[in-house]
Amino acid sequence: MLSEGGSFMKGMALGGVFCLVLSLLGSFSPVTESRTEEEHHHHHHVKAASKDELQQLSDSRLRELNDQLKVYCVIMVQPKTLVYWATALDTWTKHCDKAEFYTSESSKALEAVDLKEKDDWARLRKALQHAYENAGDIRWFFVAQPSTFAIIENLKYLVLTKDPEQPFYLGKAVKSGELEYVEFGSGIVLSYEALRRLVDVFQDEDKCPERGRALWKLSEDKQLAVCLKFTGVFAENGEDVHGKGVFNSRSVDSLISESMKQNPNNVVEGCCSDMAVTFSGLSPNQMQVMMFGVYRLRPYGHDFHDLLTFYPPKGSDND
Amino acid sequence: MKALGSRFSFYAGFVVGTFVLYVFLRQVWYEETPQADGYGSLGGRRQQMDEDEGIWKKERSALFNLDHPHHRGEDSHMADELYNKVRVLCWVMTGPNNLEKKARHVKHTWSRHCNIVVFMSSVDDPDFPTVGLGTKEGRDQLYWKTIRAFHYAYEHHASEADWFLKADDDTYVIVDNLRWVLANHTPDEPIYFGRRFKPYTKQGYMSGGAGYVLSREALRRFVEGFKNKVCTHTTSVEDLAMGQCMEKVGVLAGDSRDSALRETFHPFVPEQHLTAKFPKSFWYWSYCYYPISEGPNCCSDVSVSFHYVDATGMYLLEYYAYHLRAFGYRYRYQPPTPKVYRLKLSDSRDSADRLKDRASGMKEPGDADDSSRIDRERDAGPPPVAAKEPAAAPG
Repeated sequence: MLSEGGSFMKGMALGGVFCLVLSLLGSFSPVTESRTEEEHHHHHHVKAASKDELQQLSDSRLRELNDQLKVYCVIMVQPKTLVYWATALDTWTKHCDKAEFYTSESSKALEAVDLKEKDDWARLRKALQHAYENAGDIRWFFVAQPSTFAIIENLKYLVLTKDPEQPFYLGKAVKSGELEYVEFGSGIVLSYEALRRLVDVFQDEDKCPERGRALWKLSEDKQLAVCLKFTGVFAENGEDVHGKGVFNSRSVDSLISESMKQNPNNVVEGCCSDMAVTFSGLSPNQMQVMMFGVYRLRPYGHDFHDLLTFYPPKGSDND
Repeated sequence: MKALGSRFSFYAGFVVGTFVLYVFLRQVWYEETPQADGYGSLGGRRQQMDEDEGIWKKERSALFNLDHPHHRGEDSHMADELYNKVRVLCWVMTGPNNLEKKARHVKHTWSRHCNIVVFMSSVDDPDFPTVGLGTKEGRDQLYWKTIRAFHYAYEHHASEADWFLKADDDTYVIVDNLRWVLANHTPDEPIYFGRRFKPYTKQGYMSGGAGYVLSREALRRFVEGFKNKVCTHTTSVEDLAMGQCMEKVGVLAGDSRDSALRETFHPFVPEQHLTAKFPKSFWYWSYCYYPISEGPNCCSDVSVSFHYVDATGMYLLEYYAYHLRAFGYRYRYQPPTPKVYRLKLSDSRDSADRLKDRASGMKEPGDADDSSRIDRERDAGPPPVAAKEPAAAPG
């Protein structure tokens, strides 16, 4: 009996030590894991400039940056989503320096560039080609569907200090297997250089086929990433100065509801960026509310002395 | 046999020892490990208590705002000035069944911008906290609750605030904008503001759901009116009864519209005012004192309130009003500076313009129309108290 008791105690002691050693070992590996994850993450995001960074810029530099800060909006529409098309026309696209609607087939109700193309990827290619050829002096391109709502001023803020002669491919970056791509639903940002390289690789039927591989069809946003990858351009996640994503693939109320469950004591701060660029999935009415919320509603006496000024578009009444 | 027994005990001991230490370590480490799950995610009761401590001082069933909420990188000197000069006590009509469903969200959002907030219920609750008015719950109790709530506010807080706002637990109020509307008036004026309705009264009355605010003098006359039996509980239709009493005691029904004659207090949610086409038979058309605008002109940029706002809607409006913005955007409508602060503002406006001039030359060609229109509105001045000229309002 005594020897069994003794063995039991010895066993317990050894078991305790064993557990301790394991926990200590365990506490080390997650740390190193997260560090490499962070590094990996570091290479693939683009953050907006902080106020300090902006204040260090000279007046002439600021003026230079402002001049090249024009955005060409490529909006891919279809007659079957006419309500969203009309809403986009009446809301956020008014804030683009140039807004061009590209449709799969013409509609009697609204004007657009008729690409006469049913295949999503082929249509996107044609639209981007057209945008590149008609860019004029515009150096930034924003590609979206009308179910997305975008705040173009915040897009400009995100890319303010970035050089469009460098390749940039930004948005909500997600990974599918080995491929990192920008989700279409939350909008795609391309710098002039990225678009130039893309239009160039369009000629290469091996690297960037027009009809996609016959075996299985990639969605057009993944296809875009594949083609860009061949030209050395990689997807990057757009974030504000605090590292919060500014491209949202869901509607604002859905994100708020989720935050109410996850951060019940800090719902708004735990939800979405103050400088959000896109939301997806809002109804047309909700988009009108967002216009009011972004461009009009504010608390009196709170001012942000931003170093750039963007003026309201002419002939508009909801902003 | 014995050797086997002791070996078995050893293994058993080993398992037990591992298990015991595992449980022990989990308890200890769980306490110490910080919650590292994502941006802004806060867990635990401890956080809530800290937050409440930093924001409110609970005293006599009211919450006294310790710190006017501020945003990173913003210049809120004007809002701070008004916060100190135009003190608002907000009382929120609620009930014991709505504390967690509705009142809680008011507490976490707009009521933080009041100088003082008191939650009025039928039952005392020292934790939330709520004041028990000694009534029952239900629509027929609304005016009783209102009468008692205003009496409570007068008896306990008359010297601590200049204006006394009534709101429902499904009303969202942008208190900074309320202060702007009130800034050109003094608490000694017998006046009250809200969304003005016209029927049943001579001077109109204010919609209950959209919220209304009494000056200290108006509140004094209200309480006095009940003492002298000039005012009594006439009907349970709270807003109408209120309006009838106000008329009897000589309190003026103010015009709360902005300088472009757009309404600031709203009886519905923004989506309805901005997009809905109410049928002409809807009561709303015949009730509004001033001409109704549908579409974007329905609502002022400095809107004060919306009604029928659910829990998600509270946080959404907080996000739209106080958080989400368009970088660098020059708003079309520039609300005129309240008279008293004009001189002070010209100093700070110079520094603001100096900052803007740093990034000068940003004006778009042909923008003369927009900017001159805005300047005209700024110089137009605040509207006079009782009679608003139907000015040629631009935009």
